[in-house]
Amino acid sequence: MFDFLDSGQYDLLGAFWVTVQLTLYSAVGSLIWGTLLAGMRVSPVPLLRTFGTGYVNVVRNTPLTLVLVGCSLGLGQTLQFTLGGQDFKSIGFRLAVLGLVAYTSTFVCESIRSGINTVPVGQAEAARALGLSFRQVLTLIILPQAFRSVVAPLANVLIALTKNTTVAAAIGVAEASALMKKMIENESSALFAVFAVFAFGFIVLTLPTGLLLGWVSKRVAVKR
Amino acid sequence: MSATSVLYDAPGKAAKRRNVIYTVVFLVLFALAAWWILSVMADKNQLAAEKWSPFVKDSKVWTTYLLPGLGETLKAAALAIVIALPLGALLGIGRLSDHAWVRVPVGAVVEFFRAIPVLMMMIFASALYVQFSNVSSDLRPLYAVVTGLVLYNSSVIAEVVRAGILTLPRGQTDAAKAIGMRKGQTMGYVLLPQAVTAMLPALVSQLVVIVKDTALGGAVLGFADLLSQKDTIPANYGANTIATIVVLALIYIALNFALTSFAGWLEKRLRGSKKSTGAVLGADDADQANAPGAPANASGV
Repeated sequence: MFDFLDSGQYDLLGAFWVTVQLTLYSAVGSLIWGTLLAGMRVSPVPLLRTFGTGYVNVVRNTPLTLVLVGCSLGLGQTLQFTLGGQDFKSIGFRLAVLGLVAYTSTFVCESIRSGINTVPVGQAEAARALGLSFRQVLTLIILPQAFRSVVAPLANVLIALTKNTTVAAAIGVAEASALMKKMIENESSALFAVFAVFAFGFIVLTLPTGLLLGWVSKRVAVKR
Repeated sequence: MSATSVLYDAPGKAAKRRNVIYTVVFLVLFALAAWWILSVMADKNQLAAEKWSPFVKDSKVWTTYLLPGLGETLKAAALAIVIALPLGALLGIGRLSDHAWVRVPVGAVVEFFRAIPVLMMMIFASALYVQFSNVSSDLRPLYAVVTGLVLYNSSVIAEVVRAGILTLPRGQTDAAKAIGMRKGQTMGYVLLPQAVTAMLPALVSQLVVIVKDTALGGAVLGFADLLSQKDTIPANYGANTIATIVVLALIYIALNFALTSFAGWLEKRLRGSKKSTGAVLGADDADQANAPGAPANASGV
């Protein structure tokens, strides 16, 4: 039943490795850009706040598919941005990471902002009473506590990101769902087996993330 | 806002000056980035008036491409929500069943379909219809998209329903038992009506997810939805890829922003009223339910 796996025709592990790489690069990128956006959204400068709010509202209401297609067709093919990639494959991968970061960072930003809201107002007041500046209040007092309380929501964002990397198939990145589409076309007799293999692959990727980070979030949560 | 503005004092003289400097620096950086992108676009001839004018001058671009595409997108989203809502409610109630032989399989189904990317289910459904049905090839993309969306979203809605019922105080069930209601009556007359009110905002914001996910069909399965017009319009109006993508994005953003705002308004209104005894499931709780393994009960329990 699963003999199509032994034919040597399909690089199953390779495809899932691309999925994992897309996830990791995009996760790091969106964590950085999302934190910056959250900082902007709570900053004392009105223009930065407006920019942060506008960015989040615009991007999170756009389909990820459209964001990635925009990166590939618009930035890549029309404007010829290559992001330092040499060949078709690496350019597609980098554009996909760019799109995933642009999209996922809005969810990271909203999670962190909700974490900032869980820190009691008295903490910020005490910090200000000590004469700390906005940057010090944010980086020394608020964000460390906020991060500890948003491990669980960030884990959900990470899991959603793992699943969202499949959308990169729409712009020709050879990750898991692209391989699945190819295999379903070639091995139509083993349709259910093919689906089972890929479903299992994603369960292996997402469930441990949820369980592990769920455990971590309980460990590090600030007891109040 | 009140909670975050406490991060800083009302600005004094020095802080005001500093804020102005930050504003100017940001504006300069923003202007530089915008100028750079516009100059690259001008280089590739994407700013020319004839690339953008069809969207305001030629009504055919709307009647032939954009509006029919939007129609297909809305049709798929509407079908998906109409089928997924009752199915999700059933699954959610099934997961709360007293009988393990109902609870465990339903739980497995819900967790399974939440863990799998929706695109994979669409691709799988499409292949299923090719092999095991005689759905015509024009309708197949719509069927595949709706099937994928229903499988995924009914399991998400199941979690939202379960969380909604779990936020209700135990006393509601006890009281229903005390006046002699059976389990079905307790669920149907007491718990579900209150839970539905509590989860309305979460359900409306799940609609945004559904509308966004229909775009997958346009990009991968050849579904003639709004996103698929990214190919037809540039082919007929002179390679205006960027203009088309911008217009498509604006339509999606307007539609989804309306839904998001509606969900926020609903949440605020429901939190203010005293109709439900449980907590209100906010828009964010739908995001939680989208991740497998995570219970969608961030508020309440």
